[in-house]
Amino acid sequence: MVKKKTSMHRNQVVKKVLIYVLLIVITAIMLVPFLWMLSASIKTNAEVFKVTPFQFIPDQPQWSNYRDIWTKIPLSKFIGNTVYLSVVVTILQMLTSSFAAYAFAKLQFKYRDGLFLAYIATIAMPWQVYMVPQFIMMRGMGLNNKLLAMICLQAFSAFGVFMMKQFYEGIPDSLCEAARIDGMSEYMIYARIMLPLSKPALSTLIIFTFVNTWNDYLGPLIYLKSESKKTIQLGLKMFIGQYAADYGLIMAGSIITLIPVLIVFLALQKYFVEGVASTGIKG
Amino acid sequence: MRVSAQNNMENSVELKKSKKRRDRKRTLVAYSFIAPNFIGFAVFTLIPIICAFALGFVKWDGNNPIKFVGLENFKRLAGDSMFWASLKNTLIYCIGTVPLTMIASLGLASILNQKIVAKGVFRTVAFFPYVASLVAITAVWAMLFHPSKGPVNAILYYIFHMKNLPNWFGGNLILVTLILFSVWKYMGYYMVIYLAGLQGISAELYEAASLDGAGSWQKFRYVTWPQLRPTTFFVVVMLTINCFKVYDIAIMLAGGGDGRLGTSSTVLVYYIYQKAFVEWDLGYSSAIAMVLFVIVLIITVIQFKGNAKYENS
Repeated sequence: MVKKKTSMHRNQVVKKVLIYVLLIVITAIMLVPFLWMLSASIKTNAEVFKVTPFQFIPDQPQWSNYRDIWTKIPLSKFIGNTVYLSVVVTILQMLTSSFAAYAFAKLQFKYRDGLFLAYIATIAMPWQVYMVPQFIMMRGMGLNNKLLAMICLQAFSAFGVFMMKQFYEGIPDSLCEAARIDGMSEYMIYARIMLPLSKPALSTLIIFTFVNTWNDYLGPLIYLKSESKKTIQLGLKMFIGQYAADYGLIMAGSIITLIPVLIVFLALQKYFVEGVASTGIKG
Repeated sequence: MRVSAQNNMENSVELKKSKKRRDRKRTLVAYSFIAPNFIGFAVFTLIPIICAFALGFVKWDGNNPIKFVGLENFKRLAGDSMFWASLKNTLIYCIGTVPLTMIASLGLASILNQKIVAKGVFRTVAFFPYVASLVAITAVWAMLFHPSKGPVNAILYYIFHMKNLPNWFGGNLILVTLILFSVWKYMGYYMVIYLAGLQGISAELYEAASLDGAGSWQKFRYVTWPQLRPTTFFVVVMLTINCFKVYDIAIMLAGGGDGRLGTSSTVLVYYIYQKAFVEWDLGYSSAIAMVLFVIVLIITVIQFKGNAKYENS
């Protein structure tokens, strides 16, 4: 009996060790490209591919890569454009989605289900299917090569409305009823009761919207033609096309583009799993 | 008596009117909530979608008058070898990516759902590739898998003594590289979705299974897997749709300096983009877009039906 217990215990330990080993291997696979990027960003071109022996920090770190990249391409312009787009799109998306979702989840009105169906139907529709007529239309409105085009494109997604509605439906109706009896207007209920409760869902929506806008490539590629309008993704791609062999500089530029999204993600991630769970984007 | 009846009637008419007014006010309030989003959504999404269907049946370069050509564009598709190559590559990419990503993310989520020290750290790290910008991260992959200088091939050469080192970005292997890259980049995202699903499974089910003497595998097989069915359904639908939309990964890993894709790496969206914004053959590009739409629609419907059938039984 005692023997059996210790062998069971040993099995448990072996299993735990295996799980940790597996986890560490997976984490390494996830992280190696980032560490490589970090290391290569302070190396010279002669050093970047040297693996025998591999030096994470070279003898003479090329910090100048981080300085030179700003003058090789108009990086500050690109970053400025991207920050502007990402912030405006994220704020608009948050406000309009949560606003519309409140009505769909908590109010009774004519054509509610029909209107919501229009949203649902477009979620499964890839943007690539209608990007061409959309471009023609925007061009007709004079929005070609304007940052405003990207805002119009990304600020009113069906996904945001769907996600927020799922979350609001999890909040009991009685809460709203009680507030109505107390004489609160719907706008007050939305601002005072719903919004404060929806931190996890909003954080999730912010992460998705910000990351998608920041990292979008095809949209800006179609709409933003002149160099002064380009986003960081287009700019970095352009740089890679021109200086394919300047690995140190490319990696330094890459690190710079990663920092803002990582900050947003790390700042909001504690709400993230909760947000995914409660908004039903798990299905 | 009569007076009071009349009064009553007047009252009820008055009441009805005020109820109507209240209803109308309520509807107006509701519309005011929806309007900011819906107007943008209708103008920039709904209208273009409707136009997309019409555009597939015309010939148009964006400037000259539109010419209606009926099914001409679709007939042209049948004999277009580049279109078939795009479709084939996209399908292979989907068939490789969907199951692999699903298994990897479910496996990782199952591990992270246990009692693990520092699981928050692991969870965060697994999500890094998802938030990382594609341009930056594909540049690193291009280095790591560089045919003659990259460390991956160096390992194959020095440790596994492989003589014919693979060119990860050429020939048929490019699709394998695309699949590996996608699994690596997106598994963290689907892991979070699975994690949310796993947390929704009641602990009692596992306790009951333990009492019945079930081992870990049996618990997974008879509790976790069936309970996760809605999550898996969602993951598979999203994965499939996202795979058919693949474009930027292919451009960046296989495109080289000029961002052009050959027959071995072309994908549907690339071909749509090429036809529309390079050749300005808008009708034809919309016909390809319709094919993309129909495929996505069919897959979604099949998966919905399958799921509904399973849930009923």
